[in-house]
Amino acid sequence: MKKSYILGALTVAGLSASAAAAATLDDVKARGTLNCGVTTGLVGFAAPDANGEWKGFDVAVCRAVAAAVLGDPNAVEFVPTTGKTRFTALASGEIDMLARNTTWTFSRDNDLKFEFTGVNYYDGQGFMVPKELGVSSAKDLDGATVCIQTGTTTELNLADFFRANNISYEPVPIETNAEAQQQYLAGACDVYTTDASGLAATRATFENPGDHTLLPEIVSKEPLGPLVRHGDNEWGDIVRWTLNALITAEELGVSSVNVGEMATNTNNPEVARLLGTEGDLGAMLGLDADWAKRAIETQGNYGEIFAQNIGEETPIGLARGLNAQWTDGGLLYSPPFR
Amino acid sequence: MSTTTDPQQGAFRLSMLLNDTRYRSATLQVIAAIVLALTLFYLYSNLAANLRQAGLNIAFDFLGAPAGYDINQTLIDYNSQSTNFRAAIVGILNTLLVAFLACITATVFGVIAGVLRLSNNWLVRKLMAFYVEIFRNIPVLIWIIIIFTIMIAVMPGPRAFRGDDPDARMILDLFAFTNRGVYVPGPFFTRGIGGADGSWVNWALVIATLIGSFFATRAVTARANATQAATGIRPNTLWINLALWFVPVIVVLFILGLSWDIPALKGFNFAGGLKIGGPLIALWFALSIYTGAFIAENVRAGILAVSKGQTEAASALGLRPGRVMNLVVLPQAMRVIIPPLISQYLNITKNSSLAIAVGYADITATLGGITLNQTGRAIECVLLLMAFYLIISLLISAFMNVYNNAVKLKER
Repeated sequence: MKKSYILGALTVAGLSASAAAAATLDDVKARGTLNCGVTTGLVGFAAPDANGEWKGFDVAVCRAVAAAVLGDPNAVEFVPTTGKTRFTALASGEIDMLARNTTWTFSRDNDLKFEFTGVNYYDGQGFMVPKELGVSSAKDLDGATVCIQTGTTTELNLADFFRANNISYEPVPIETNAEAQQQYLAGACDVYTTDASGLAATRATFENPGDHTLLPEIVSKEPLGPLVRHGDNEWGDIVRWTLNALITAEELGVSSVNVGEMATNTNNPEVARLLGTEGDLGAMLGLDADWAKRAIETQGNYGEIFAQNIGEETPIGLARGLNAQWTDGGLLYSPPFR
Repeated sequence: MSTTTDPQQGAFRLSMLLNDTRYRSATLQVIAAIVLALTLFYLYSNLAANLRQAGLNIAFDFLGAPAGYDINQTLIDYNSQSTNFRAAIVGILNTLLVAFLACITATVFGVIAGVLRLSNNWLVRKLMAFYVEIFRNIPVLIWIIIIFTIMIAVMPGPRAFRGDDPDARMILDLFAFTNRGVYVPGPFFTRGIGGADGSWVNWALVIATLIGSFFATRAVTARANATQAATGIRPNTLWINLALWFVPVIVVLFILGLSWDIPALKGFNFAGGLKIGGPLIALWFALSIYTGAFIAENVRAGILAVSKGQTEAASALGLRPGRVMNLVVLPQAMRVIIPPLISQYLNITKNSSLAIAVGYADITATLGGITLNQTGRAIECVLLLMAFYLIISLLISAFMNVYNNAVKLKER
């Protein structure tokens, strides 16, 4: 009996916990797959399609990074995370990067020790209500019951908004978008609030999307973007510049269709540097010269990804708005490739 | 086993620590303790090193910072500017509330089902066996979700109560059953201390009156017992006791000006009255029927443990079956029932942490959920959660053991 105690204790001591945070790039290469955290399912942003294959706007970022690093956009292990589990998954090393419409905030950057590598969607928090309620403004929502995904910035913005306008509400905390949808449709809450893009994506899956209306108020800034652990700057640079490559590609007119042609006969030196035919930008990242070319080739540039997954031609039907290139009056502005 | 009792000769040698039965067990325990301490130290230093590497630390300052989020059911004053600590207290009170309610109803369900499972009526017996086997063998989380989903899908939303010819109506114009919860009339005092809003003093007065009535009726019963012992005639105490229970409290309530706040549709929801939220009902009911099935088996075991001769002897005295059960069998069965009942109460308290599945704001949802997530202080929050559940479990265990010692068979 006593011996078994000792053995038990030795066993526990033998299980040494995680080793020092090694270079994520080496881990990913050694593993051969990229572990990418996504939502548990939000159509348009990240959701498995009928064949079980992950599709969406955030998914494309994961695949672009995998294409750049591993040469294969399908070498991604998608890890579904909820609003509550996402940061633990990233901090503990279960995932290499998180692309899950996560808002870039001060405390997440500094207190939680994460590194946001850019913004792939400029969003804001909105409200969705059934048309039959006859509400035209969020300020008329006094006394309403509001469904909200728990553990998100929207939860805090909601409290701030109602407090600032001196009106009351009753929060109904839920874990996932699917639960929120179920409760909202059953009338267990009057209002569903989350990022406006998420509302549009959710509404698109309804049987009668026309019965629901998005209120005009956008009550917060929600810059959504991929993030990595603090402290591994090389890995952070790879994710950051992969996203920048997609944005720059759109700006420079490089698309999945013409990328091969552009790589060989372009007279724009920045395109040549981006696609690896001039200079050695890839080597500076610890990758080969074709890294950005592969990402653009397999996923398309930012505009293509937007149009395919959430653009106006899709059921989600989001306009580019703030997410247009800076040259078109939007906020998308990638630092130069030089 | 007989060992030599001759005193050992010679000085103490180091090898005796292992070879001598007088020292061996102590030696091994000391070694085990050292290994355990080293292991804990290793795990702690590993954690500290990893945290340092990630640039994090362990600090509890976040408890004093504003929480920033709202909670849908609070037993004490709370708003989004309150501290994380207060949010944790709100969660603790909600946990205790649902655990307390579920312990009571689970016991009621369990005792009824356990007794009826031994009924002579074939149908009743089989029905109860059906209940116990079905509910005991499906995880409680599933029950919580099933009940909550059914509630949401079946009960009408507040919108259904609106209009000239509404789809749903309030029962007696007093109670409204909606998929957000049940709205019932809420009492308040028009002439109470602290105005119409009232303060807790009013309710303390009412409770004090009821406690007074309780002791008064006990005194009356004791007096009746004494009279019966002395004269053999038991005075009729029913009317006196009823008067003692009802008259003082009615007088107090009248003085305070008791009035009822009837729930009515206002804006998006029912307003006024008391709201018993849907998540609380789902969690309470699910925990009750699930744990009730376990308690039913404890009760059945307890009853079967009472010798059949007791039942037969009681029946021979002319007692009817109901009285045999209440006066003879159950009191003896209690000794067997109480110890496993303690662990069922602990299970209810711990299972209440599944509350987040239906959005009930218990301690796991507030401190261990939203606060943890918004502040990122995972280790601190989980440590506090562990401490809370440990303390609560030990307290329940301690109180129930005191009760167990009071009712168990006294052996002299």
